[in-house]
Amino acid sequence: MAGSWFHAADGERRLFARRAWVAAILATLLLSLVVARVAHLQIDSHQHFSTLSQDNRVRLEPLPPVRGLIYDTQGVLLAANEPSFTLTVTPDKAKDMPGLLEELSKLIRLDEADIKRFDRLRRQGSPYAAVPLRLHLTEEEIARVSLDGHRFPAVDIRTDLLRTYPLGLYTAHVLGYVARIDEEEVKRIDAANYRGTDFIGKNGLEKSYEEVLHGRVGYRQVEVNAKGRVLRTLESEPPTPGKDLRLHLDIRLQRHAAKALAGKRGAVVAIDPRTGGVLALVSNPSFDPNPFVEGIGAKEYAALRDDIDVPLFDRALRGQYPPGSTIKPFIALGGLETGVITTGKTKHCSGAFQLPGQSHRYRDWRKGGHGSVDMRRAIVESCDVYFYDLAHHLGIDRLNDFLGKFHFGRKTGVDLAGELGGLLPSKEWKRRVRHQAWYPGETLIVGIGQGAFLATPLQLAAATAAIANGGRYLEPRVAKALDAGQGQLEPIQAPRRDLGLDPDHVEDIIHAMTQVVESPRGTARRIRSPAYRIAGKTGTAQVFTVGQKETYKEKQVAARKRDHALFVAFAPVEDPRIAVAVLVENGGHGGSVAAPIARAVMDSYLLGQEPPGDLDAEPEEEAEDGD
Amino acid sequence: MAIEPNKAGLDRGPPAGSLALSHRLHLDLPLVFALLLASGYGLLVLFSAIDQDPQRLEAQLLRLGLAFGVMILVAQIPPRLWRRLAVPLYVAGVLMLVAVLAVGEIGKGAQRWLDLGFLRFQPSELLKLGVPLMLAWFLALRPLPPGGWRTLLAAILTAVPAVLIARQPDLGTALLVGSAGAFVLFLAGLSWRLIALLAALAAALAPLLWSQMLDYQKNRVLTLFDPESDPLGTGYHIIQSKIAIGSGGVYGKGWGLGTQSHLEFLPERSTDFIFAVLGEELGLFGVLALLGIYLFIIFRGLYIASQCQDAFGRLLAGGLTLVFFVYLFVNTGMVSGLLPVVGVPLPLVSYGGTSMVTILAGFGLIMAVHTHREGAGR
Repeated sequence: MAGSWFHAADGERRLFARRAWVAAILATLLLSLVVARVAHLQIDSHQHFSTLSQDNRVRLEPLPPVRGLIYDTQGVLLAANEPSFTLTVTPDKAKDMPGLLEELSKLIRLDEADIKRFDRLRRQGSPYAAVPLRLHLTEEEIARVSLDGHRFPAVDIRTDLLRTYPLGLYTAHVLGYVARIDEEEVKRIDAANYRGTDFIGKNGLEKSYEEVLHGRVGYRQVEVNAKGRVLRTLESEPPTPGKDLRLHLDIRLQRHAAKALAGKRGAVVAIDPRTGGVLALVSNPSFDPNPFVEGIGAKEYAALRDDIDVPLFDRALRGQYPPGSTIKPFIALGGLETGVITTGKTKHCSGAFQLPGQSHRYRDWRKGGHGSVDMRRAIVESCDVYFYDLAHHLGIDRLNDFLGKFHFGRKTGVDLAGELGGLLPSKEWKRRVRHQAWYPGETLIVGIGQGAFLATPLQLAAATAAIANGGRYLEPRVAKALDAGQGQLEPIQAPRRDLGLDPDHVEDIIHAMTQVVESPRGTARRIRSPAYRIAGKTGTAQVFTVGQKETYKEKQVAARKRDHALFVAFAPVEDPRIAVAVLVENGGHGGSVAAPIARAVMDSYLLGQEPPGDLDAEPEEEAEDGD
Repeated sequence: MAIEPNKAGLDRGPPAGSLALSHRLHLDLPLVFALLLASGYGLLVLFSAIDQDPQRLEAQLLRLGLAFGVMILVAQIPPRLWRRLAVPLYVAGVLMLVAVLAVGEIGKGAQRWLDLGFLRFQPSELLKLGVPLMLAWFLALRPLPPGGWRTLLAAILTAVPAVLIARQPDLGTALLVGSAGAFVLFLAGLSWRLIALLAALAAALAPLLWSQMLDYQKNRVLTLFDPESDPLGTGYHIIQSKIAIGSGGVYGKGWGLGTQSHLEFLPERSTDFIFAVLGEELGLFGVLALLGIYLFIIFRGLYIASQCQDAFGRLLAGGLTLVFFVYLFVNTGMVSGLLPVVGVPLPLVSYGGTSMVTILAGFGLIMAVHTHREGAGR
């Protein structure tokens, strides 16, 4: 036994030895191949390459393309390129860096921030790459440095086109900004196409349209002397500049919306229901994107990042809030479409709803109840009990299906980077995320747009636009067309989908939403306009849960726990040209806080009126304002 | 048959003379000497490539010191312990690869690092050792050569991390990890018929692989055949590196005198393309000297492997040696324009630390299986 065991082991050894020999021979052969190749280059082609090397005074230089500009719908320039002179230092060529900086500071102004940024960029980059030291040199400073140029071989003056955002505070969230390409992006981009380009879109349109805006790099072959100075250009292929973007966005409306929202945290999204074009997309508070382009200082960045009002956060695109009662028209439409309700069928509201066999009382916002309500009144007065009952009869699966058609719970597909899709609760979601079964009570809460249900202001605006245009869901688009120059516009088409809704049902919903504003009992009656008719729906999103026996006392609740105020609307009812969603964080009531902002936005768009200055005034208390 | 006991006696241990300090330190003197020689030679070339910057030289020296330290440390750990570590190391490596991919998925871009908070770690490096360890352990469990099922399992154990790494996307490392597994299998006695079959299959599947490749990867292959088609991108690297090597001639332009290198025509001259600096400045003789040292290291590694008592040690040492060879071949092949541009550094010479530590840790493993004498076993 032992003998055969040894035999086997020995067989293995011999097998290995044979294989090791084969590997050794293979390795030798392959390395000989490399040697043969090198010998071929160094002996046979030595003459050829030697000449090439001597003539290798020809250097290939990239010609970076000019980034496309961004214009609003009226042709107002929102993102520009401004020439800027930058003093750079190539660390590899600087023998004595502290000495060099000392010398330079005698010629030009160098402050602490310049040195700090320089040190940071120097650590990140290769020592052979020129690192910006001072930005925005004046003509005089250029002259002074150039005069002493021979003393500083490591110093160069570079002309850059620097991205600027003239109306930055108003466009920061929607346009985003460009900034230096970071390590992660280096791995992702086509390195050849970005030679000579330092900037890349980081957010918003600048990121989502990066490819078109950037263009294609060109190059030129230049003859240089032994020290690397350019003598002449031999051949060049010009770069293809990036295409300009023309937006649906109306900067005038955008500014007016921002003004209407001034002093509040929140978002306004306005969409043209005929095209899906985003007319305004405002998130307040905002920030100035211009410092980000050249690298914002750590302190300034920390101040923005740690601000309790999070100005960097795009509430319109990434803010996810319970839609509250603004979801009710959609749910009522679902009820009509599935035949669970008819427009005229009434339901009695006693101020609370109980599921069969359960003691929990799902309360209405109005303590005494609304009495007998039909679909129209349920929307006009925002009766919760009606919608508890409707949601209960629809069931979560049908609710989920129907609301999903309006892109609740998934992204709208807008042409902006970083959109979030909200959350539309479902049985499957609850099982997957919370590992629990679905409770019937949760369906009721979805019915009034609370609980785990979350939507972004953009989702609400796009869904409202779909009702306004009679049941077509248009993917929102901020950009209208690409402009390749010489007036060649390539329109940007957004996918549109007919939701297959019964026109009569949509008509009934629009009628009910119109009464929300027009009817003396409507929750948004005070924004009624004499000039045009508005259809809308108020909403209030709970931030703070009220116990079974307590009543909600607004004044007692700390400001940051107060409800979010929401309002969705479109106008004119007869031929809708604008759909709006307004969200005010901790604003309280949708009717008194959010609705007037929507009215101001619509006045601006439809009548050309600027919002009056008194929109900031404290909303008056009104108990019946509801919901 | 009379020869057998005699042979076994020879294998029992190293000659008494070398039982000196080096063996008690669990080092193989010829291998250590060759590795030091290669590193020293590499430093010389590097010092020129970095324009004699003392700071960067110091940084590289520090890394070399660290890497040799790791090698010595690894060599102290007996193979039976490594055998036990094979599975945990492999599993941990694969899990981390998945984590890296998941993080990258969220960050929407290439991702190779795992940020552990206190340090950034590249799990693909771990698998350059983890895959040969795992395969050697697995294949040595039963008599060799492996049958069909074991071969298949071993192939899967190799393919999983290789594919994960290729998805990062990091073609160079995926190639190294994949070839590590392939070589261990080959050394374990993979049948020639299967090898022929696989070669035929690979030829047939090449078009499929091509369609799976990313644009920039395709570009690198295309420009190999026609560098002038993309003179600004990848082609530029190949054109300039061929000029550098070719203009060096037999004797070279002299140390520190390469115009291609120092007038900045040659990109990445201190990292992946340092072989071109060697070719330009020290010529064909310089290249032959370095390749000679490397060849010695490979032969020594294979010799050590074949002297091993047990199958685990043989496969591990042999596999790791051949990974080293792949490093060498892919890098020099790429720089001289034989192979597409794949991000693989020249072992022991290129500026940078991660791969150096892995390579020398691998040699630590080879020395560990060589110098620890354990009870007979498979």
